[in-house]
Amino acid sequence: MEAIKQHQGLVFPLNRSNIDTDQIIPKQFLKRIERTGFGQFLFFNWRFDDEGNERADFALNEPKYENSTVLIAGENFGCGSSREHAPWALLDYGFKVIIAPSFADIFYNNSLKNGIIPIKMEEVQLNKWMEQAETGRLVLDINLLEQTITDQENLIVPFDIPEYHKEKLINGWDDIALTLLHQEKIEQFENSL
Amino acid sequence: MTKPETIIKKIWDKHVVHQEEGNPDLLYIDQHLIHEVTSPQAFEGLRLNNRTVRRPDLTFATMDHNVPTKNRENIKDEISRKQMETLKTNCEEFGIKLADMFHPDQGIVHVIGPQLGLTQPGKTIVCGDSHTSTHGAFGALAFGIGTSEVEHVLATQTIWQEQPKTMNVHVEGDLGPGVTAKDLILAIIAKFGVKFGTGHIVEYTGDAVRKLSMEGRMTICNMSIEGGARAGLISPDQTTIDFLRGREYVPQGEAYNEIADEWLALATDEGAEYDATLTIQAAEIEPQVSWGTNPAMCVPISGATPSLADVEHKEDVQRALEYMGLEENQPITSIEIDHVFIGSCTNSRFADLEKAASIIEGKKVKEGIKAIVVPGSFSVKLQAEQVGLDQIFLNAGFEWRNSGCSMCLGMNDDIIPPGGRCASTSNRNFEGRQGNGARTHLVSPEMAAAAAIEGRFVDVRKFAGVLN
Ligand code: SF4
Repeated sequence: MEAIKQHQGLVFPLNRSNIDTDQIIPKQFLKRIERTGFGQFLFFNWRFDDEGNERADFALNEPKYENSTVLIAGENFGCGSSREHAPWALLDYGFKVIIAPSFADIFYNNSLKNGIIPIKMEEVQLNKWMEQAETGRLVLDINLLEQTITDQENLIVPFDIPEYHKEKLINGWDDIALTLLHQEKIEQFENSL
Repeated sequence: MTKPETIIKKIWDKHVVHQEEGNPDLLYIDQHLIHEVTSPQAFEGLRLNNRTVRRPDLTFATMDHNVPTKNRENIKDEISRKQMETLKTNCEEFGIKLADMFHPDQGIVHVIGPQLGLTQPGKTIVCGDSHTSTHGAFGALAFGIGTSEVEHVLATQTIWQEQPKTMNVHVEGDLGPGVTAKDLILAIIAKFGVKFGTGHIVEYTGDAVRKLSMEGRMTICNMSIEGGARAGLISPDQTTIDFLRGREYVPQGEAYNEIADEWLALATDEGAEYDATLTIQAAEIEPQVSWGTNPAMCVPISGATPSLADVEHKEDVQRALEYMGLEENQPITSIEIDHVFIGSCTNSRFADLEKAASIIEGKKVKEGIKAIVVPGSFSVKLQAEQVGLDQIFLNAGFEWRNSGCSMCLGMNDDIIPPGGRCASTSNRNFEGRQGNGARTHLVSPEMAAAAAIEGRFVDVRKFAGVLN
C-alpha cells in the first residue's frame, strides 16, 4: 500500500445518499482476477448508456471534473456488497480521498486497506462544499498528519480518524506483516484450544 | 455472581488473541469460507509475498457467484471460467477443501456452511461476502470482509476488529398467520432504515424470533447487513441443536450432547445490557414488498408507494420511483411483474422451496412471466427432487435450475432485461442488481409464488386462505 500523508485535489460532488457498491462497480466487472484495471468500470451504469456512450446527465463525465481526486458524497457511502473492487475502482480511477457524512462499515475498512482516506464530515460543512463543487470549482487540501482539510478560502476544518488507521496510512504499512509480529501469540492461542 | 453478558461479548472474549489499549483487537477466526469472486487477489497477494495459508483445515471453498445454473459443462464466459479455474488451482496449491461446480456439497456459501455443520454456535466465521451474517442464526459471530482481509485471514487466521457496539433488536409478540421471517426482517429495515445497525452487532430476540425455524432465522440474520449491521445473530436454543445434530462437520454421538451444552450456555444471560435496543411489534407486520432501490424502501402489501409530499429525502425517493417505473401513491397490488426469482442465500433452502411450492401446487404461472427456482445448494436440490417439489414447480411453468447465486446478482447468464420487473426472494433491490435497468421487488418465497400466478403482487394470506 502506498503511504499517504497529504493530498490536494479537485473535488467531484456526488449528492446521493446510500450509494451502494453495486453502483460503484457493477457485478459484471468482478470477474477479473487482478487488483488493477477497475477504474474504467467505476460508476459504470451512471457514466455510460446501453451503447457504451458517456451519459451527458452524469457530472463525472463533464470536463470540469476531469482529474478530480476527492469525492464528496451523501450518507452511508459504500453500503451493500463487501466487494473490495469498489475501492480498487475508485483508486484506479484516481480518487484518493472520500468525504461523506457516514460510511458503511465494510467499505470504510476496505478503503483504508488500499490507502484511500475515508473522512467522516458533518453535513452542514459537507453540504457547503458539495454546493461549491457543483456550482464552481473546489480544490481541497487534506492533511492527514494534522487531520485537517483546508479549502480555497483558507477555511480549516478538522476531522477525526482513529489513530491506528492514521498510522498505517501515513506509513503505508502492510497489515499482515504487522500481525505476524504477534505470531507467537497466535500459536499460543491455537495451542490453548 | 458473574455479570450477565450478551452472547456477542462471550464469543468475542473467547477469541481475543491480542489486545492493546487504543487499538482494535486481534481476533482468532474458527472458520473461513471462500468463493471465486473475492479470493483470487488474496491468493495472489500471498504468493507475491511468499506467504502461505496458515490453517487450510479451517478454510472451506465453493463456487457460487458465477456458476451457470444450466449447461455447466460448457461455460461460454471466458473470464468467468478463468475465475473459477483460478479458485480451483489456488485451493489445490494451498491444500484447501473445495466444493467445485460438480461437487455434491456445492452451493451458495451461506447455504452450505450450515448444511454441512461447518457453521456452529460460538464460532467466529468470516467470508469475503457481506451476507456472511447469515451464519449468525446459529449463534456464531459471523461477518463479511473485503479481499485484503481475506488475504489476512488466510495468512494469519486472525483479523483486526474494533470492539463493536451491541444492539438488541427485540421483536415483541407473535407474527400473524402467513407472515414470514422475510416479512419480519424487511419490516425491521423499513422501520429503522438501511443504517440502523452501522457499527453494531445485532442480536435478534423475542418470542417471534424464538419460534422461527433455523431457515427463518437464517433469513433474518442474512439481511442484517441491509440494515448496516456488522453482523447479526440469534442465541442458540434447542431448535439450533436439533438442526445441527448429525451434520457432517459436527461431533457425533455423546460428544455432540456435550458440545450442545456448551453451545446453549453461550446464549445471552438474563439481564445482560446492550448499547442500544430497538423494539418492533410482530403482530403489526404484514407481508412486505419493496418498491424502491434500497431494502428500506419497503411497505406492507396493503400499502402504496410513498407520496412525495410526505417524505424526507424527496430526491432519493423520486429517483427511486423513476428507476422503478412507478408513480407516487401507487398501490402495491397494482404492480405487475414479468419475472419471478425464487433463490439466493436469503430464501433458497428446502423449507423456502417447500413453502413456495405449497402456494404453486396445482396452479399455473401467468402467461408471459418468466419464473425460475434456483435451489441454494446441490443438496437442497436433491432433497426437493426426492419429494417431488421440482415437479410442482415445473408443472406450474417454473424453470428448475442448478444451485448458485444466479439472478440474485446476475453474474452468470441469469439476468433480467432492462425495464424488466421481478418479484425476487433475494436481499438487494439496488439499481441494476439483477441486470442493467432491471427492477427488483423483494418479497418472501410465498409472496413471490403468489405473484407468479397472479402476475402482480397479492396478499398471499388471502391467496392461501389464511385471511378472508
Ligand atoms: S445469493 Fe446473492 S447475496 Fe447471497 S452470496 Fe450469492 S450473490 Fe451474495
